[in-house]
Amino acid sequence: MTEFDAATAAVQAALDAGARYADARVMHRRYESMSARNGDIEELTQDESIGLGVRALVGSSWGFHAVPELSDAAARDAGRRAAAIATASARVPGPAIDLVPVAATVASWASACEVDPLGVPLSDKGDLLTRATATMREHGADLAEGLYQIWDTAKWFVSSEGHRIDQRIRECGGGISATSIGAGETQRRSYPSYRGQYGTTGWELVTSLDLAAHAARIAEESRELLTAPECPSGETDLILGGEQLALQIHESVGHAIELDRILGWEAAFAGTSWLDLSRLGALRYGSELMNVTIDPTIPGALGSFGFDDEGSPAVKRDAVREGRWVGVLAGRDSAAVAGLDHGGSVRADGWARLPMVRMTNVGLEPGPHTLDEIIAETDDGVLMDLNRSWSIDDKRLNFQFGCEVGWEVKKGRRGRMLRNPTYTGIGPVFWRSMDMLSSEIVPWGTPNCGKGQPGQTGHTGHPAAPARFRNVRVGVRA
Amino acid sequence: MSELDLAGRVVELVRRLAGPGAEVEVVVTRADLALTRFANSFIHQNVAESGTSVRLRLHADGRTAAGSGSLVDPDGLTALVERTLAATRLAPPDPAWPGLAPPAPVPSGPHVDEATAAASPDERAARVRAFVDAVEGLEAAGYCRTAHRSGAFANSAGQSAVGRSVEAAMDGIARTGGADGVARHAADRLADLDGGALGARAAAKARAAADPVELPPGRYEVVLEPAAGADLLQNLSWYGFNGKRHAERQSFAEPGRAQFDPAVTLVDDPLHASGLPFDLEGTPRRSLTLVEAGTTAAVAHDRRSGAEAGTGSTGHGMLGASTFGPLPRNLRLLPTGGPAEVATGQFSAGVTGAVADPDTAALVAGMARGLLVSDFWYTRVLDPKQLVVTGLTRNGVWLVEDGVPTRAVRDFRFTESYPRAMGPGRVLGVGRAPVRQPDRMDGSWWEAPALRLASWNFTGGASG
Repeated sequence: MTEFDAATAAVQAALDAGARYADARVMHRRYESMSARNGDIEELTQDESIGLGVRALVGSSWGFHAVPELSDAAARDAGRRAAAIATASARVPGPAIDLVPVAATVASWASACEVDPLGVPLSDKGDLLTRATATMREHGADLAEGLYQIWDTAKWFVSSEGHRIDQRIRECGGGISATSIGAGETQRRSYPSYRGQYGTTGWELVTSLDLAAHAARIAEESRELLTAPECPSGETDLILGGEQLALQIHESVGHAIELDRILGWEAAFAGTSWLDLSRLGALRYGSELMNVTIDPTIPGALGSFGFDDEGSPAVKRDAVREGRWVGVLAGRDSAAVAGLDHGGSVRADGWARLPMVRMTNVGLEPGPHTLDEIIAETDDGVLMDLNRSWSIDDKRLNFQFGCEVGWEVKKGRRGRMLRNPTYTGIGPVFWRSMDMLSSEIVPWGTPNCGKGQPGQTGHTGHPAAPARFRNVRVGVRA
Repeated sequence: MSELDLAGRVVELVRRLAGPGAEVEVVVTRADLALTRFANSFIHQNVAESGTSVRLRLHADGRTAAGSGSLVDPDGLTALVERTLAATRLAPPDPAWPGLAPPAPVPSGPHVDEATAAASPDERAARVRAFVDAVEGLEAAGYCRTAHRSGAFANSAGQSAVGRSVEAAMDGIARTGGADGVARHAADRLADLDGGALGARAAAKARAAADPVELPPGRYEVVLEPAAGADLLQNLSWYGFNGKRHAERQSFAEPGRAQFDPAVTLVDDPLHASGLPFDLEGTPRRSLTLVEAGTTAAVAHDRRSGAEAGTGSTGHGMLGASTFGPLPRNLRLLPTGGPAEVATGQFSAGVTGAVADPDTAALVAGMARGLLVSDFWYTRVLDPKQLVVTGLTRNGVWLVEDGVPTRAVRDFRFTESYPRAMGPGRVLGVGRAPVRQPDRMDGSWWEAPALRLASWNFTGGASG
């Protein structure tokens, strides 16, 4: 029995049990991670998981059931159970649900991959991490850590509308971190970001990072931070590096434009959004430099795919155009509720999870400047980069971020290193204050986006570049 | 085939393929997990999964690798063993391998309620129906979930164990005019979850949270309700009582030192409620006192961190422990006046609005001016060593004057050192009725009564 056969059997069983729509995903995921600490391998894990999840719509109520078996009997049972769960949902029914139309597609798609990451010898991958962490120790780090992760996912999607899509998506990435420990605090420097840079790509991404070449520098900087002056408190001009801006986009734009949040479907847990659908197309989100796209077609970016987990093809769309809010991340049912004409941003974290609205690649288009030009144009400010902590309210408005490192910027020059840099603000006020944006875009990957109940971990991409924001409150502390 | 039979079969497979010198441990878990989710007062997501997972850790010739799989037929198990064995041969040396858990008796674990283990979608939906009905026209959102796990452990050193666990939890908010009220409860039996009582509590708090005023940031005395207290326990667990972080000198914890107020006693108590009676390495789980009357007493260890510290495992082996460290995940802040009086369905009593139960009322009554805080949200650590955390209030804050909540207050951002806020002289009261709060994963929970603290550092209001 093929994977498509199992998915087809599950869908048919759900229809036979009363569903008016059903879809099923068979997913086979192989995962490998290795971590090193202070020159030794700390953990090597290889996981493999295969199963089927089926979603049934009975009336206007959904049900979902998942099993780790692909036999005809197991698939049919899962379909029947999904329909039964949907029937139970009708005890607390909601408004009528429709699905925006998507052409029934028969297709196959695979992400580009030059070097199969699971094919690289473990000894080579281990040597990379042990060498980099040993170097960090030699250069003063109290704690030197390295990590890589690899996901190789094959999936087969069938819907009762005639979809039949298979995809193979290979993702990987890694990074290193040096921590120095003082009397009352710790300081960390990472490369290229904490827990690494990730993409929908092969091992060539990790090779290109050249982790070992940056090990000594970040170790020395982590020690230097212990005695660096504290980031001053007050309002100032803030220059953010691209890695930190990527997380700023993720938290204060990406989550805010998720349509399920806007509709209240995540109210009790992840939260809602400050955005009101009635202002779509009119609301000023940020300055005119702010152009944010939803683009799952970017080659190599972590949020890329051929089709989402409802069978909608990957399409680039605008989220913010010249500072105006114009688009959302949507699924077929949420789009129908909102009166929109497209889904395209629904994914599931494995076969046992319900597909839900997730970010794809949500990021900035390039600006007209460079980081050097931004610094040169800044009379008095702080440059911060690499995220250390992140917190934002349940409407995605009030945020506070901590970075690993800051630098004083005085009279157009980068000055002293600053420790414990933090900044805080309100999303739209912050984005409207962006007056310089670099063209040096990097599609940063976030492999740990949490959402949903039961919890799901999403992989998202965020093209970002250094930018300047005016009059931002910095230096918040206990 | 039972989970223990499966585990034993994998151990035998490893012996056959890797030889008698290989050290191997296997955990087999069968899980039936279901979660019924509601928003805008209707069920919008309703999921269930059933399956068995096998996790294998193998150490041979000085090298270690771990693997897991979801296929438990002979071919699937053989493939898992073969690929983990191949990974072990190629892996770099592991000089800190702590060895396998020796044979030791494993306790029977908490009672398993069979009705909860077999709960149907209709039973979960009925509780959601009761919650939605009880909010009387307000918007309702949240979930009702049940979990049943049956697990077995076996290793090549002769240790074996079996156990089962069940959990039921409900977490919901009621919403009106931008104000939310919350009710959250984890229990050993689905029958102990009263959707109507939880909904009534959430609705009363939401109505009392309407029309909030914005107060200036600054230090305020606070009463933290159990949901907010659970956040304190989680962060203390992750960053303080974590044996790996302690060994790395990244934790504030200093066993033997009076770091907390004498009113604080913290116990990790995995056998108190839902959870398997052994950890991922086969070590029996047991109660571990982390803070005794204000004095830090211990941190949690798995075999690796325990060997490094020279103390041995405390039964906290878990997935990811090599990277994130072993965490106590069944933490109880013991109430004043003796053993815990675990709240089960007490929410129907004393529903009066902002102050929703007599236990909280007693703490609020003693406060001249301060804030009553229902819940914390999105807390993140700025500095792990001092455990400085930033986050926001959520689901209701009230100004208390002369022992009475007088105004609903808009949400605050705070930046606070958790151990400092609970330090000597700073805990003004610990309630008598702890409420078990569910974690995002079943088997992990946080139990705290309401807590009155002398000072909490609010660093910003909702508007910036």
